[in-house]
Amino acid sequence: MGRINIIGAGLSGLSAALTLAEAGIGSRLISLQRSERSQSVLAEGGINAALDTMGENDTAAEHFADTMKGGVYLADPNAVDGLTRNAPAVVTRMAQLGVPFNRTSQNGIMQRSFGGQKKKRTAYAKSSTGKMLMTALIDEVRRYEVTGLIQRYPHHEFIRLLTDGGRCTGVRIRDTGTGLCADLDGAVIAASGGMNGMFPGRTTGTTMNGGDVTAGLFAQGVLLGNPEMMQYHPTTIGIPGKRCLISEAARGEGGRLYIMKNSGERSYFMEEKYPELGNLMPRDVVAREMFFVRRSGDTEGEVMLDMTALPEDTWKNRLSDLREEIIRYLGTDPKKSPIPVHEGIHYFMGGIDVNERHCTNIPGLYAGGECCSQYHGANRLGGNSLLGAIYGGKTAAQTAAAAFTDCPDREPIFTEMTDPLLEEARADFSERLAVILSGGLGIVRSEKTLTDAVSAAKAMDLANEREKNRLALGLAMLIGALERRESRGAHYREDYPEASEDYRKTTVAQNCGGEIRISFRDIPERRTDREDNA
Amino acid sequence: MKITLDITRRESPDAEPYILSAAFETVTGSETAAYALTSLNADPERRDVNGKPFPPIRWESSCLQKKCGACAMVICGKPMLACDARLEAVARGGRVTLEPLKKFPVIADLAVDREPMFAALAEMKQWLEEHGEVRPKETDRAFDASKCLQCGCCLEVCPNFCTGSAFYGTAAAVPASRLMAVTNDAERAALYRKHVYNGCGKSLACRNICPAGIDIDSLLVNSNAAAVWKRRRKGGNPWTL
Repeated sequence: MGRINIIGAGLSGLSAALTLAEAGIGSRLISLQRSERSQSVLAEGGINAALDTMGENDTAAEHFADTMKGGVYLADPNAVDGLTRNAPAVVTRMAQLGVPFNRTSQNGIMQRSFGGQKKKRTAYAKSSTGKMLMTALIDEVRRYEVTGLIQRYPHHEFIRLLTDGGRCTGVRIRDTGTGLCADLDGAVIAASGGMNGMFPGRTTGTTMNGGDVTAGLFAQGVLLGNPEMMQYHPTTIGIPGKRCLISEAARGEGGRLYIMKNSGERSYFMEEKYPELGNLMPRDVVAREMFFVRRSGDTEGEVMLDMTALPEDTWKNRLSDLREEIIRYLGTDPKKSPIPVHEGIHYFMGGIDVNERHCTNIPGLYAGGECCSQYHGANRLGGNSLLGAIYGGKTAAQTAAAAFTDCPDREPIFTEMTDPLLEEARADFSERLAVILSGGLGIVRSEKTLTDAVSAAKAMDLANEREKNRLALGLAMLIGALERRESRGAHYREDYPEASEDYRKTTVAQNCGGEIRISFRDIPERRTDREDNA
Repeated sequence: MKITLDITRRESPDAEPYILSAAFETVTGSETAAYALTSLNADPERRDVNGKPFPPIRWESSCLQKKCGACAMVICGKPMLACDARLEAVARGGRVTLEPLKKFPVIADLAVDREPMFAALAEMKQWLEEHGEVRPKETDRAFDASKCLQCGCCLEVCPNFCTGSAFYGTAAAVPASRLMAVTNDAERAALYRKHVYNGCGKSLACRNICPAGIDIDSLLVNSNAAAVWKRRRKGGNPWTL
């Protein structure tokens, strides 16, 4: 029996494997570590869907409108339409798999406020929603592992795509224990997560999302979309080796941001400047305002998050796990004292370029989840990543299933192979590259800082193929940001502070042997004759 | 503070283990064992305490914030997550020992093969045979059970668990209680008795060891009630004792 190869066993990979299994199609679930270790388990605040359980007459149309507006109209409206229309079915399904969502007094799924949304639309399980969804999905996938329909390859690493005549025919993987490699036949779904490894120690993500899959695919001719779009989450704290997320739920439940003025008064700067949504403006806006207010001459110190006015019930039933985490890392009880927070790299809206059906430019290669650029445009709304991962993995699998033709499958044979991509990038190379990328791709960018970063990156010495590929990926992010001469969402250019309709387009990056070519592609028009594919 | 790390190393599963001693200087006091391992591996000039270069240390990590269970190892004699082991807090006389979990086959250095733990979950049929929502009063219990990291710390301290036996330990019992918050059929109860209850010596060594803070006593008491003592209230809910 033929199989489809899935790279990554987080939420998107599991969703893809499950979708294929339910269609009777076999898959291989290939991952560096077990699903329990994936970044999806870190997601805290919740998952968006217009379930309308809070008596606010919420609709999928409003979810669509908020997502498009939050992404500053850079997302594919037809893809977002599918996402938001199917969101209630996604969440309801997860509840049926035993996810312990918080409940209303009428036993509906409780929903809370999240940034960039005027209605309570974020379903949640305290502040551990990602972990709860993952546990349920891991169990459901296990049902098909036992029958052999899903084969797990934990502790295996993507090495390269196998192609024939421009078409993806399989994937080469390495067993990280034995070092042996095998070539696997079949279509490939990339579900390999964001590019955190391009910024080691500087993101809220995991060390396992190294960016090598995206860098490798990019080198093999896969196009990237909006590589310059990366999200700084407003509320993170520094812990050894990384940034630790303080969930947006902290503000969704009533937490307030302020900074001390030189005069000794508190300035609740978000509430003062944005009276309607206040602390719950989209993340790009909040992060930028924090940056500017800290830089302002009449303030001092860090931006503080004040949760001291939250009611006892909220701490007990909605944020108990978040409170424990803050006490552990900061030694401060957020119930009693405000805590200092800082922006931190949290999510990559850009990545592998896919169409509405999650096809890449290489036939036979699909992508879902954070590794691909879909749904979130120039800025992702909180609560849309878990949704995008499940729905994106499912859609990629549906598309792959439609193109699937069963054929005898060769049993993988693991042997010693010579391949220049087996040699890993040096840790100190990745660190030096990260310093350069951080200089160019901050919250506030400019022609000068980006040009300087491009020059510095191009001057780096390379020891192997993976370093070459990582450098090319870094350059795509930098040059994409350089070429986008406007400000939109997470991409803020001090020298071009306004959005420009000329740039309401997808940045498309191509890697031509290490040389980066950037072009801009029109956003598709929204169709009016959609069929619901729930 | 200067800390000496004594790391049990092994190049391959069959190789003889040896101790590598390397110095690490804490600056803020918040540095963890995971941070020290990351820093040592990132340093191309790394040397042991005798000034001898050494190859990168094999270990597993992912989230670095106690949410994924990847970096479980034995630190100063106690199984814990390396990302949760603050060096200055766990050090004894300025030294910190790092050893692999002993209940699983070693792959290399501090990395072990925890696949037997996942094979046990397959044997336990750890999935919902009939889909359904968590019963409203069991939401908190299902939440607690769903937190299990599958790190293996509870198995490390268990006097009854060894890889290959029919007793699967708390790492299987906790996930089972998630399913029991939705349904409790006879087959599940039988599997629980066979692979958890019958082999458990009730030592409760796993108490207070869980890095995720799962209240293991409570889950075991309730699962035992449902699967062994068959206490149920009307409607089949096993939790009201």
